[in-house]
Amino acid sequence: MKILVCVGNVPDTTTKVRFAEKNTKFDTNGVQWVINPWDELALTRALELKEDSSNPVVHVTVATVGRAGAEPTMRKALAIGADDAIRIDTDPEDSSFVAYQLAEVIKNEDYQLVLCGIESSDYNGAAVGGMLSEYLDLPSVSAVTGMTFEGADIILSREIDGGIEEVSLPAPFVAVVQKGIAKEPRIPAMRGIMMARKKPLKVVEVAEAETLTNMTEFEMPKPKPPCKMIEAENVAELVDLLQNEAKVL
Amino acid sequence: MEKELSVKGGSFMIQDTDPKDVFIPEELDEEQQMIAQTCQDFLDTEVLPVLDEVDSQQEGLMPELLAKAGELGLLGISVPEEYEGFGQSFVTSMVASEIIGAGYSFAVAYSCHTGIGSLPIAYYGNHEQKEKYLTKLATGEWKGAYCLTEPGAGSDANSGKTKAVLSEDGKHYILNGQKMWITNAGFADVMTVFAKIDNDRVLSAFIVERTMDGITFNPEEKKMGIKGSSTRQIFFNDLKVPVENLLAGRGQGFRIALNILHMGRVKLGGNIIGAAKIAINQSVNYSNERKQFGMLINNFGSIKHKLGQQVVKTYATESAVYRAAMNIDQLIEDFKEMSTRENPTMVAFNQMAIEAAILKVYSSEALDYIADEAVQIFGGMGYSAEMPVDRGYRDSRINRIFEGTNEINRILVVDTLLKRGQKKDIPLFEKAAEVFENLNSLPSKEDIPADYYGRKKYHIDNLKSLSLAMIHSVSQKYGRKLMFEQELLNGLSDIIMNIYVAESTMLRVQKLEGMKGADAISLQKDILDICVYEAVVSAAKSARDVVNSFSEGEELGRFHKAISVYTDAERINVKDARRRIADHLIDDNKYSF
Repeated sequence: MKILVCVGNVPDTTTKVRFAEKNTKFDTNGVQWVINPWDELALTRALELKEDSSNPVVHVTVATVGRAGAEPTMRKALAIGADDAIRIDTDPEDSSFVAYQLAEVIKNEDYQLVLCGIESSDYNGAAVGGMLSEYLDLPSVSAVTGMTFEGADIILSREIDGGIEEVSLPAPFVAVVQKGIAKEPRIPAMRGIMMARKKPLKVVEVAEAETLTNMTEFEMPKPKPPCKMIEAENVAELVDLLQNEAKVL
Repeated sequence: MEKELSVKGGSFMIQDTDPKDVFIPEELDEEQQMIAQTCQDFLDTEVLPVLDEVDSQQEGLMPELLAKAGELGLLGISVPEEYEGFGQSFVTSMVASEIIGAGYSFAVAYSCHTGIGSLPIAYYGNHEQKEKYLTKLATGEWKGAYCLTEPGAGSDANSGKTKAVLSEDGKHYILNGQKMWITNAGFADVMTVFAKIDNDRVLSAFIVERTMDGITFNPEEKKMGIKGSSTRQIFFNDLKVPVENLLAGRGQGFRIALNILHMGRVKLGGNIIGAAKIAINQSVNYSNERKQFGMLINNFGSIKHKLGQQVVKTYATESAVYRAAMNIDQLIEDFKEMSTRENPTMVAFNQMAIEAAILKVYSSEALDYIADEAVQIFGGMGYSAEMPVDRGYRDSRINRIFEGTNEINRILVVDTLLKRGQKKDIPLFEKAAEVFENLNSLPSKEDIPADYYGRKKYHIDNLKSLSLAMIHSVSQKYGRKLMFEQELLNGLSDIIMNIYVAESTMLRVQKLEGMKGADAISLQKDILDICVYEAVVSAAKSARDVVNSFSEGEELGRFHKAISVYTDAERINVKDARRRIADHLIDDNKYSF
């Protein structure tokens, strides 16, 4: 069985966010790029499944939609243990566009299992997984926090209100994974880093597709106003401020 | 056999370097950056969360952390592939040293293991020794240590009293003696021990296993800082070391010790960059939270000055460290082609002994400034032992002492330079004599170039001329007795160190401008402005101290005229430059230059 893990190239979570081109573009200057944390956990679980010889998994591929600047992230995925990588050479315009591009690559190959992180830490759209399964005409399960093999079936766990739901289904399908799918992301070891340069990283041409959305403007959240401390016995002042300044009463 | 070396140690004093010929950290490739990230992730997840436990020397924790680093391959970066390592370049190992350098006591254990603990065997061991020991050190299965210092033999390392005598059956050396300040002693499985065979004048080196009979350890030393680093005295009482564990042959120990120390000094520079950056991050983070007089303290010029200065010293150190590191890699390749008798890597380190000593002194004193100002920025909280800057401050202090004290290294800078001149490795004295003669025709204001880098180079070249003229004069006056005039050597050394570091910073910024364009490097130019300005201003005092202490009459007058011209610093608005650097740091809330 071959698993494909969809991987997003996102700014490190400590990035100082700045905008360019009249607030219509994210300013990528000085940004450090990383694997989207949810995708990284998906990759970690895929590798765990492959390493357990009682499972039928033999190959793990990672795929991304991105320009050459995304390659260090793909190399890291290879260093962690993915067998090969595919980069679809275009900017990831929006969720539908990304899902379509991934689907175009996946449908020509024989992946029985497609894993996606539930969302990405940059735009948090949480839409690619579902759209991808639709484009592939495959069933999908969302918010997956556990994945094990049982014969020909795969048991997926999902956290639901007050408990855990277990779903059993045969491959192929798309699993949209949530935190909890794997404990910790892996740190690439020296040996993995050395091997990564020898593993295949295929660059694929973009497929014709329409971009359905248009970014009009980014806006930074307004800075929080300073916190006002009112003496405990000064209830009248507090009420006055809540009524007339905050206007919440 | 004879081949032109890519660079000669100390040659920066007498010749120009083209920016294209220096390596700058912005040129680290994708793989090196990934290795850096692995080191950072390891530090963030395994080391930084347990710093208190490390410092309390929780039983088994440090060897466990080293073993985990070993699992990631981080202990074998410099070890050849045939011995379970990764055979990476020196620059790559510096990248790891830099990142791990932010790991406080762990950084000391790591550096000891991967440097002085493993490399004597890697560079001087025979195939059997490497196969037996180096493979296990590279994976972290065994931990390494290095036993040179004795109660009576610190800076004067060759005066050690530990003795080795061949056993009657000729199968063992019997070692007796005592070593102290041995890092990783609490858990090291393998130690390189230096001792004199019979009544030899010079040391030999032996590979000693912890489990051999006749070795005992004192309890842990109580130290001012790096409290998590294991440091013990070791005693050898009729310790039987198999003859095959003699490293590199009888009498080779002192040479091994010195060359390994040259390597350790450059590596220390790398460690210090990491320690400096974490101290800067703590400083700026705090300054972005702490309010006084109704505003964040980093609105105040005094705090901006400190933040700016911390950055300048770190950037300058980094520029010099990576320049030297790549030179070492180039020299290793040169010596491989020349098939030297000794290991090419060790010959390369020896060639760069002057630069190694410079990096050791400059970086350790830079870190002391940075760690000290970090405490100051934290104010009263900085004096609390519960703040992170407390650990940084205490841990910093050892760097001026170990790997050869800064006093020894300052003298080494000048002494080694003079020896290179005497041996005609570089035409030092010829150039020095020429410059001394030219003291009568000093440059005038019209000679100052109009272009930015031309001006920087002009000021750095002036410092070279000034120090060469002094070298000429003190050598003439004192000859071999110059070594007894340590105060003069210290003054000269200070100027030479600043020359190397300022020039490295200039070359880096100039190269960076070519890569990124002038608009992208305005802050780096501010850093360079301050760096060169400070080198020139401090040289004025050092030079006056030196010439007033040895010269007289007409010559002294000439020197003073020369000092006035050569140390006439460019009119830089250092206040605004530091403020711009600090503002960027404050905005990013982390070091990103």
